[in-house]
Amino acid sequence: MRTGPLLLRALLVVLVATAALLFALPLLAVLASAPWSRLLELARSAAVHEAMLLSLCSSLGAVALALLLGLPLAVYLARGNSWLHTAVRVVVTLPIVLPPITAGIALLLAFGRNGLLGQFLDRHFDLSLPFTTAATVIAAAYMGMPFFVLSAEAGLRSLDPRYEAAAATLGAGPLRRFCTVVLPSMKPALRTGLLLCWARALGEFCATQMFAGNLAGETRTLPLLCSVAMEVDPDLAIGLSLLLASTSVLVLVLLRRSFLPHR
Amino acid sequence: MSLSLAFELDRGPLHLAVALDVPSDQTLALVGPNGAGKSTMLHAIAGLLRIDSGSIAMAGTTWDGGPTGPFVPPESRRIGFLFQDHLLFPHLDVLDNVAFSLRAQGRPRAVARTEAMQWLSRVSLADRATAWPKELSGGQAQRVALARALASRPRALLLDEPLAAVDASLRHELRRELKQHLATFKGPRVVVSHDAIDAFVLADRIAVIERGRIIQVGTPTEICSAPRSRYVADLVGVNLVRGTCRDGVITTENGGTLRVAHRGEGAVLATVHPRAISLFQERPSGSPRNVWQAAVTAVEPAVDCLRVRFDGPFPLVAEITDSARRELGIEVGARLWLALKATEISVSEA
Repeated sequence: MRTGPLLLRALLVVLVATAALLFALPLLAVLASAPWSRLLELARSAAVHEAMLLSLCSSLGAVALALLLGLPLAVYLARGNSWLHTAVRVVVTLPIVLPPITAGIALLLAFGRNGLLGQFLDRHFDLSLPFTTAATVIAAAYMGMPFFVLSAEAGLRSLDPRYEAAAATLGAGPLRRFCTVVLPSMKPALRTGLLLCWARALGEFCATQMFAGNLAGETRTLPLLCSVAMEVDPDLAIGLSLLLASTSVLVLVLLRRSFLPHR
Repeated sequence: MSLSLAFELDRGPLHLAVALDVPSDQTLALVGPNGAGKSTMLHAIAGLLRIDSGSIAMAGTTWDGGPTGPFVPPESRRIGFLFQDHLLFPHLDVLDNVAFSLRAQGRPRAVARTEAMQWLSRVSLADRATAWPKELSGGQAQRVALARALASRPRALLLDEPLAAVDASLRHELRRELKQHLATFKGPRVVVSHDAIDAFVLADRIAVIERGRIIQVGTPTEICSAPRSRYVADLVGVNLVRGTCRDGVITTENGGTLRVAHRGEGAVLATVHPRAISLFQERPSGSPRNVWQAAVTAVEPAVDCLRVRFDGPFPLVAEITDSARRELGIEVGARLWLALKATEISVSEA
């Protein structure tokens, strides 16, 4: 009866190896095809600099928005369980699973020149968001912020509320309690959330292209430049992919405590 | 400056109804079984829970006037709260934990730290200022928590089972320290405890609370001599003997002696459970180190036994069954032999 388990074991090895290759092979391909000798020359191009700056702006802008709007949202979500909380959580979590193209179209329908809010902004403030750098920030925040909110909420929910009570008896008002007791205690959750949000925002492509367009120096972030380059100068596209992939690896290294099993 | 409590509060199955005054020179111990509402009461005084009716007032200022009345939030009440498991902030070192309330009062960091250092010295922990809370022993954490609570110069002190999380071997010492700190504190003190010794050593007055109601209030002596429920009888129905211990013998003020298994020297408080005392008509011989004769002064029925009071060098109560009473012919005035093993006497430094 040894052949049965042996066969099973062999099958398992094949399946696991296939799965691992499925993920490893594309990365290896990028490494193998990377234009190593041209990297420095490619990095010096003005288009790349512009795109880098824009990517940095939009992804950091998204992170700033996440802190400004996402933190209060996480506090709200962590402190209640009503139907309204559930509804808000669903709406905020949706972008994680939403097809990015749908997100882009939805953003355009909301903030576009004829959009729900967009036409109002256009008419009364002469403000048009689509195809501006601000639009790349909004698209990046829309796709990245949910990761931050969920992580921050989980961090808040895992805190022992009695520490806040202790701080209150020591004379600390609500804001002081939040800043001196709650925030420091949820530092790991905040860091995880911000890194996930930033990584997602940095790689944002589809929603940005739909909502912000692909205008050099205006909305052409690294992923957008990458897609344009693929048709003109594949070497540049591969080089940029290498850059973005390296950044992702760096994020993963920084997040290792939340991903690797504890030993 | 007294703390006036007259309120009701519903919390799950618990209905708490309290009417009590704690004068500023007094330590009140709240004693009762688990779930009786002791901690709930303390949290209401601190403002961590709101009351459903009545009022909580401190020195004429209403802290909580019920749902429609005024409410002073906990951070504005200036109370010192000692939590059972200390709740030192894990992300702050010992010094910054103690300085927390001073920073909240708006003192600059340097000033707050200098002042915090003085409080740490007062609990003999100045050398642990830079330690993290997780590096402290239970006793040290308790002292830091006390220093942190006192540093805000609170108007009232609330202590929730202050010695429960402390190692048994350290309890005597910490209890004595705590008593000193409570004695020098100018303001009402409320201590929650389920330990008779803690309550007797620390409190000037004891309130017994069961199922949300205060069933007895009095000095430790009053409570001890007339327990009004089985719980209190069990809790405080223990015999207390004060005296000086030396070479394993406790000598009381009026010259009585008790052999004990205790090694220390100095003033002590010994407790003897009434069940630990055996009664004989003839002088017994055997292992008990303490054998003496005394006259019965009273026989009182308790819930499922009889409590027999004796005079003598230490007035004691012994619990016996009704059949034992009939067999021995125990009546007021009868002289009996009492036997008590040294190991049945628990001794703590007073």
